[in-house]
Amino acid sequence: MNDSQPILSVSELSTHLGSGSRPIRAVDGLSFDINKGETLALLGESGCGKSITALSLMRLLPASGRVISGTVRFGSCDLLKLSESEMRRVRGGGMTMIFQEPMTSLNPVIPIGEQILEALRLHVGEAGAAGRKHVLDLLDAVRIPDPGKRFHEYPHQLSGGMKQRVMIAIALAGEPNLLIADEPTTALDVTIQAQVLELMRNLQQQRQMAILLITHDLGVVAEMADRVAVMYAGQIVELAAREPFFAHPSHPYSRKLFASLPTMAKRKRALHVIKGLVPSLHARFSGCRFAARCDDAVAVCHEYPPAWHTDGERQVLCHLYEHGREAERREDTSTAPIPSHTARPAKPVREPLLQTRALQVHFPIEAGVFKRTVGYVRAVDGVDLTIGAGRTLALVGESGCGKTTVGKSILQLIRPTAGSVRLDGVELTGLSHSQLRRRRSDFQIIFQDPYSSMNPRMLVGDVVAEGIKAFGAGETREQRRALVNKQLLQVGLSADSVTRYPHEFSGGQRQRISIARALAVAPKLIVCDEPTSALDVSVQAQILNLLQRLQAEVGVSYLFITHNMSVVSYIADEIAVMYLGRIVEFGPVGDVLRRPRHPYTEALLSAVPALDPKTRRGVIRLHGDIPSPSSPPSGCHFHPRCPKSAELCRQHYPRRSRVDDQHYVNCHLVDDEPIPGGARR
Amino acid sequence: MTAYIVRRLLYAIPILIGVNLLTFVLFFVINTPDDIARSQLGDRRVTAAAIDTWKRAHGYQKPLIYNENAQGLGKLTDTVLFNKSVRLFAFDFGRSDSGRDIGYDIGQRMWPSLAIAVPTLIVGILVNITFALLIALFRGTYIDFWGVVLCVILLSVSSLFYIIGGQYLLSKLFHLVPISGYDTGINATKFLILPVIVGVISGVGSGTRWYRTLFLEEIGKDYVRTARAKGLSEHVVLFRHVLRNALIPLLTGIVVVLPLLFMGSLIVESFFGVPGLGSYTIDGIQRQDFAIVRSMVFLGSVLYIIGLLLTDISYTLVDPRVRLR
Amino acid sequence: MLVLFWTDVLIYLLVAMVVVFALYARRREHLRAPWREVGRSGVAMGSLVVLAFYVTIGLLDSIHFRPALQPDEEAGKREYAHEILSVFDWLVTPLRERTEKTYSAPFAANLYTKETVELADGRQRRQFPRLKYGARHLDDPATEKTADIVATGLSAAVKGVAVWGLICVMLIAALARKKQQTFRSVFTRMLSGATAVRWRSMLYTFAVLLVISFAAADLSMEYHILGTDKVGEDVFYQTLKSIRTGLVIGTLTTLVMLPFAMLLGIMAGYFGGWIDDVIQYLYTTLSSIPGVLLIAAAVLILQVYLDNHADRFSSIAERADLRLLFLCLILGVTSWTSLCRYLRGETLKLRDTDYIQAATALGVRQFTILTRHVAPNVMHIVLITVVLDFSALVLAEAVLSYVQIGVDPAMNSWGNMINSARLEMAREPIVWWSLFAAFLFMFSLVLAANLFSDALRDAFDPRLRREK
Repeated sequence: MNDSQPILSVSELSTHLGSGSRPIRAVDGLSFDINKGETLALLGESGCGKSITALSLMRLLPASGRVISGTVRFGSCDLLKLSESEMRRVRGGGMTMIFQEPMTSLNPVIPIGEQILEALRLHVGEAGAAGRKHVLDLLDAVRIPDPGKRFHEYPHQLSGGMKQRVMIAIALAGEPNLLIADEPTTALDVTIQAQVLELMRNLQQQRQMAILLITHDLGVVAEMADRVAVMYAGQIVELAAREPFFAHPSHPYSRKLFASLPTMAKRKRALHVIKGLVPSLHARFSGCRFAARCDDAVAVCHEYPPAWHTDGERQVLCHLYEHGREAERREDTSTAPIPSHTARPAKPVREPLLQTRALQVHFPIEAGVFKRTVGYVRAVDGVDLTIGAGRTLALVGESGCGKTTVGKSILQLIRPTAGSVRLDGVELTGLSHSQLRRRRSDFQIIFQDPYSSMNPRMLVGDVVAEGIKAFGAGETREQRRALVNKQLLQVGLSADSVTRYPHEFSGGQRQRISIARALAVAPKLIVCDEPTSALDVSVQAQILNLLQRLQAEVGVSYLFITHNMSVVSYIADEIAVMYLGRIVEFGPVGDVLRRPRHPYTEALLSAVPALDPKTRRGVIRLHGDIPSPSSPPSGCHFHPRCPKSAELCRQHYPRRSRVDDQHYVNCHLVDDEPIPGGARR
Repeated sequence: MTAYIVRRLLYAIPILIGVNLLTFVLFFVINTPDDIARSQLGDRRVTAAAIDTWKRAHGYQKPLIYNENAQGLGKLTDTVLFNKSVRLFAFDFGRSDSGRDIGYDIGQRMWPSLAIAVPTLIVGILVNITFALLIALFRGTYIDFWGVVLCVILLSVSSLFYIIGGQYLLSKLFHLVPISGYDTGINATKFLILPVIVGVISGVGSGTRWYRTLFLEEIGKDYVRTARAKGLSEHVVLFRHVLRNALIPLLTGIVVVLPLLFMGSLIVESFFGVPGLGSYTIDGIQRQDFAIVRSMVFLGSVLYIIGLLLTDISYTLVDPRVRLR
Repeated sequence: MLVLFWTDVLIYLLVAMVVVFALYARRREHLRAPWREVGRSGVAMGSLVVLAFYVTIGLLDSIHFRPALQPDEEAGKREYAHEILSVFDWLVTPLRERTEKTYSAPFAANLYTKETVELADGRQRRQFPRLKYGARHLDDPATEKTADIVATGLSAAVKGVAVWGLICVMLIAALARKKQQTFRSVFTRMLSGATAVRWRSMLYTFAVLLVISFAAADLSMEYHILGTDKVGEDVFYQTLKSIRTGLVIGTLTTLVMLPFAMLLGIMAGYFGGWIDDVIQYLYTTLSSIPGVLLIAAAVLILQVYLDNHADRFSSIAERADLRLLFLCLILGVTSWTSLCRYLRGETLKLRDTDYIQAATALGVRQFTILTRHVAPNVMHIVLITVVLDFSALVLAEAVLSYVQIGVDPAMNSWGNMINSARLEMAREPIVWWSLFAAFLFMFSLVLAANLFSDALRDAFDPRLRREK
């Protein structure tokens, strides 16, 4: 490790949340150092205490939290011993922080220039013209175009990525030695994430600033970190430099995290999962905190806490690295046995299950004295999709591209403005309310947020039984109950769940209940609207496994709406890439992911942080943000951001071209093989 | 913006028509002019001739909605509906049942009402904000707890007791200010002090508690954490960041009542003998003068609708996020 | 013979609804959990005891009957008095019947005004005559009164404490049996305030209330503890009678408005479109009329109606009751709009939630969605509004009665008490006891209600912010 004095040195930091006899021991004896100019990633799943660690360092804990013990040496002083006014000089000065939610982290009623200037005044003592000049420099440094104009704008006038840049500019104002970034890109789209991460890397190099990067995303760690600290249940369990960590993660928990990541290579095999749930931090632990969930655990793991074991550039907190236990360590973390799959049709059958043609959903914009319609938000603007029986189509795109609206309009939860939706030979768009109601058992939906998708005032049994009741299946109460129990067992929940309320379950369990509710009416198609994006990666693996198993068992088709490319590569058969209300590329998942033809698909794929440095391709940087669907750009919607755009792109929307058998793309650059009848606009 | 205001003004028309029809039904259909006359004349065994004379004197003798005997447009205009209700749209309030010009009275009496209501509002807001900020600064401590308890105690006392108590203490016991009455010009000041003090104190409980909730809600937001992460001190955070955001709901809550200040406060004015619109209304109610009550109902509705419109406009002024279309 | 007033019937209905709701809530965890939260709040539970005290008096005062007269010579035919009494009246008969000539101060032995009395020697003198009932048992009030008051008060307090102790023991024993613990452990846990329901603060409040009411009961048999009013009626009796009026206004008003507000608010939010437009128009129009003026207009009209149809009512009480009911109705009309607007907004939000979308996707009928998904999820707003409105309505009654658009002047109410006492403000020395009595009773009711509703609001929805 670096010989020079670390810039931040944390030792035995413990933070409790809540008072009384059973506080939450959110951070329990944490020690780590950060050196000048280096990036330390604090990696962990939700609830492991990584954000509380950051807030403890800044002494910005919520009212219920307090630091119990430990020292935080920053430069020459112990931060925990400073008076509040001394600490205020450190905050925003030597040490600054940016937060996860750029949407809410800026004051909505103060112009952004003013908000940056405030930090300058405080820590650099600059105001007036010099201060203003400095603000413009900072805005320029975080690559905000036209800083002079942006100076007077309010946060709501900026996009999410822009806001996070402003947050970074505020953080830079005090010329910090250490930047704490708490999930800085989690709320951003992947192309925007690539921009922000690159910005942070450049600024770090220019300013020799250390970064404490808090994240749950292994990809971001791989892109950014010099060293990695893996956190579990309030403790750091592994501390290593990046290369050795990604080559051979040591702690069983770290290894499990890698194993549960979905990738193309793991297709048709079940993902590794971490059994059980994250332990409650109310409790005191007698042994290793991970022991109960660890496949490799031995007797001592449950008996007393492990000690640190140093092995070259890595440290690990695990009994298995004690002398003489090497034999018990299972190095092999390759994928588990393949589950029993029924033979899936290799190609889509002749008559697809779902077919949409020129599907449109336009929302009117009203203005003027009599609220005349002056325009439309073209959320969905001519979408053609095909899903075969028993297959999975992934619909990918960034936020605001209209992919959720596509899902809801297929389900007729939002009635389409125009176009056709045929499911199993039945046209859904023209059906009356009651006809539609009778057909609804054929197509179901699973939502992103497992916390809001169930009525909190209903028992789980009633939640699952709701569809069964609505369709009159199950004559008697007993029959219905039996059906409900069967569904719950099928998704891996015990039968006694029926008498409990949704809030008693974890996020992953709730997502299982949602799946059970949808399956209970025996649908042919399930629209999965980002079903795993609110979940931790180990829980995501459980849900993906479940969805795959159910497809094999009952032959249901999925429309899988997501922005997560690794999930797509693992689960999807076909992929449709959406940009600003239209499909720009469609084809078998292998073809599209390996040989993307549309520049947008290429950029999207290149922006995904890669775990393995060898497979990393150069990020294709996209300029600017996604335009508003109320006034899409002329010609090809993508041309203002496209690195390859030509004159033609500005004038005409490209027609649909066939790349090969089932691979289609809407791009002027791939215009060599036009298909008859496929031309549109 | 202009389109929005025009649209809102157009939308106000059906509402005012609704108000007007409602009062018409209440005052002329459920109770016929005969009933009014009878109760005005006092005796239930009053003669039919007397009722007729009274009705003629006050213009209630015409048919309610449709006058068959009139000519042309007069069939519609020569009616009670037109003369007593429709004319309100032109702010033609007509004469009260005791024969006075209501429009003139309103013009005269709105000034004393404003003289009490405006200072009460301003002082009240300042006092409430100060207390609420103080409590918010000490949130989670005993000052916060007892401050809220004090607020609840204060708002559990009927406003009548504040008035009676104020009159007794300041006027009767200490002879600091006159108990009641009013004067013109600068001399009115000494009569205004007590009503304003009473008005402020009776509103301090609910006001402070409400503002405190607003402040605490803002303090919980993410941008406050950002401001602290910049190294700003707690009072800068509170005054520059929290207050600015909390002022939005606060100001707009105030703007909606601004026009209604003209109407004055019924209780305060009648207790302190201030010749404002509030006491005017009370007199109208107590003398069962339907013409006055009807006019005040209409005026109140108009002012309320103006208040709503001003609220929306003030949102665009104080909140950069709101743009009206 | 039992007499049913309109408001009585509605009160019984309300009680029945509360009981049904309690039984319903017992079985539902999401309803029980916030109530448990309320139970943990000492302030709330203390307030609940005070409220229960008021409610008991109000309920006793809501069972009306005509007492049977002494049977005539012709046996078999029972005659009933013209006067209508309530159970409460009957319980406190001495208070009701012992009227003096005019004003007298609390605990006074003499009238408040001088009268010319003829002395034994035939001379006339102006003096404060002795009261007919107050302190009648004393020969020389000037010397004996203080000692007598203290003695009576103390003995009553001791009685109160004894009764309280007995009740405590019974309660602890019952709890111990139910939870199968020893008497001692329940007792110590209760004393340290560690019970799930804050029995300690309930019992302390109960102790204070019992001591006060025992003392008041004993003392009021000998004195007019809160004085008498202009016509010599006992002010203590008046203010106790006013409790029912306050409770009726505070509860029946919301009962009247709830169906409208809920039905229209949920419909407007859920269906949108022209239904929403019509309902919004309706409540914007109604709420744009200043409340006091609408009430004034309506009450004026009622008054004209009552004046012209006085012969339809068999008694003043019946007439006053109808006016009270009408006041509740009109207050309900003016106050449903805000709840309706609120429910509309909440339903609008709910309509877009995932679980209602999921229910739609599952083919659940709209009516079922409304009853199973929407209504239970707005119930907490209804409950909070009902409780918060209560104290505002009790206060409003006083103001309205003062403006003479409140309850019938013949009805006992705090507003009427203040109103009549106000006219005597100019007297020297001041006649303060009617005001004081009204203040004391109103304040403690409203304060208890406010404290209770605060705890209720925190428990049911901490994020909920009520606009002014």
